[in-house]
Amino acid sequence: MKKLINSPDSVVTDALAGVAAAHPGLAVDIENKVITRAGGPTPGKVGLVSGGGSGHEPLHGGFVGYGMLDAACPGEVFTSPVPDQMLVATRAVNAGAGVLHIVKNYTGDVLNFEMAAELAQDDGIEVVPVVVNDDVAVQDSLYTAGRRGVGATVFVEKIAGALAERGAPIADVAAVAAEVNERSRSFGVALTSCTVPAAGKPTFELGENEIELGIGIHGEPGRHRGPLTPAREVVAVALDAVNSDLPVSGDVLVMVNGMGGTPLIELYVIYNEVHKYITGKGARITRNLVGNYITSLEMQGFSVTVCQLTDALTELWDAAVDTPALRWGR
Amino acid sequence: MDSAFFRAWLAEAGTVIEAQRDHLTQLDAAIGDADHGINLARGFSAITVALDQAATPTPGSVLILAGSTLISKVGGASGPLYGMALRQAGKSLGDTADASLPDLAASLEAALAGVQKLGAAREGEKTMVDALAPAVAALQKAISEGAETDAALGAAAQAAADGAQATISMQALKGRASYLGPRSVGHEDPGAASTALIIGALRDVAQRQAS
Repeated sequence: MKKLINSPDSVVTDALAGVAAAHPGLAVDIENKVITRAGGPTPGKVGLVSGGGSGHEPLHGGFVGYGMLDAACPGEVFTSPVPDQMLVATRAVNAGAGVLHIVKNYTGDVLNFEMAAELAQDDGIEVVPVVVNDDVAVQDSLYTAGRRGVGATVFVEKIAGALAERGAPIADVAAVAAEVNERSRSFGVALTSCTVPAAGKPTFELGENEIELGIGIHGEPGRHRGPLTPAREVVAVALDAVNSDLPVSGDVLVMVNGMGGTPLIELYVIYNEVHKYITGKGARITRNLVGNYITSLEMQGFSVTVCQLTDALTELWDAAVDTPALRWGR
Repeated sequence: MDSAFFRAWLAEAGTVIEAQRDHLTQLDAAIGDADHGINLARGFSAITVALDQAATPTPGSVLILAGSTLISKVGGASGPLYGMALRQAGKSLGDTADASLPDLAASLEAALAGVQKLGAAREGEKTMVDALAPAVAALQKAISEGAETDAALGAAAQAAADGAQATISMQALKGRASYLGPRSVGHEDPGAASTALIIGALRDVAQRQAS
């Protein structure tokens, strides 16, 4: 498969160098693989750290900046970062008010962040982790690894980031992060797999007319394969899954997210169906995002995330933010 | 078994992992995200570098350094799990300069306990535990029957390989494969496969030493 890279081994470092060159508001430590705000931590503010495998851009580095993350740790492609990175990040953003770790619910992320939190605590830094697990595709079971963290990660980072920016204490910032996670549900669909640079071929094969339902964000196969159907039917499957888990009502924030390889014109076709479905249930989409926010390299597909809003959450969503991927109010 | 033996084991494990890298990655593509072979190969290369650069006078120090290196370099779930396994094994060996077969068995038990505590997996959930637990049991049994080192490790390696094969028919209840539910059945677990390779390397080094 053709990729615009120099070599599979240098993808992450080359990309980080590109991020550093493109965004003067970011400080990129290529050696340690940590992205922080160029201005450094804000005294007395809770620091927000997240991280995950590379290949999901703009998540997370693209969300570092005023009103959102203080630091992001990019791992190898689709591989969680290591405790060393997270410790460097945690120390860098510690401003005396504690540090929030926003952790997507994957075994690797959870284990590595756990190890890092222990190391940071040895340093005398208060670390509070929040786990994001909004994906409804994996069925609830006593024995599974639990639900994956997907699109709601963006919502958590924005809303918790806004509250932290106001100087709120860490317990409150952690609580609002957990609240956003609890009020959000997501479902993803893929038309194609994706190719990890070091692997050189697609992670799985889909036939000409097949789609993968209930995907995660790492090119891992989903729960169910089905025939390609018109957008409105695909959206119905996705939103039926969301709605049956957490009924859509009142004011909602919706993200129609491209997996990286889907043209914007198709995302808007999807959004139209999402809008009809949700208003058909008597709810109102009062805020939305349409675009690439949490991707899987060049995978064609989309995910939809629905968050039940409150006035307080809406206000935090509207608060000013200045990052490479989200910018308003400033 | 002195520190040179343990360094040789890790070098052999690295060679085997590198040779089987694509196979492990393919196993991981079927039920995961296609990075297991790549990640472990990177980790074991880093172990070689680390062991070259640091003095490791005791078996315990070799394994602790190797484990810490995996934690720092691998990422994913494998870094903490394999890293913790080696660190716990190393700590169990204490300061001894020459580990006995019972010492080695105890260290592998400590490795298993570390993995199960961190990852909360039990046998039958289609993970590395399904190779490691049978290996530990087979090793203890062989020792109690008076087997020599190379024969005992041969039994352990066979049990690990059999355990890895047994994961084919299991449904994953942990890790990324668990998202596939029933579709994970029919595929060997990559973590069990790589664990079997690592135990196999231990047997190979012991058998070379015996002959």
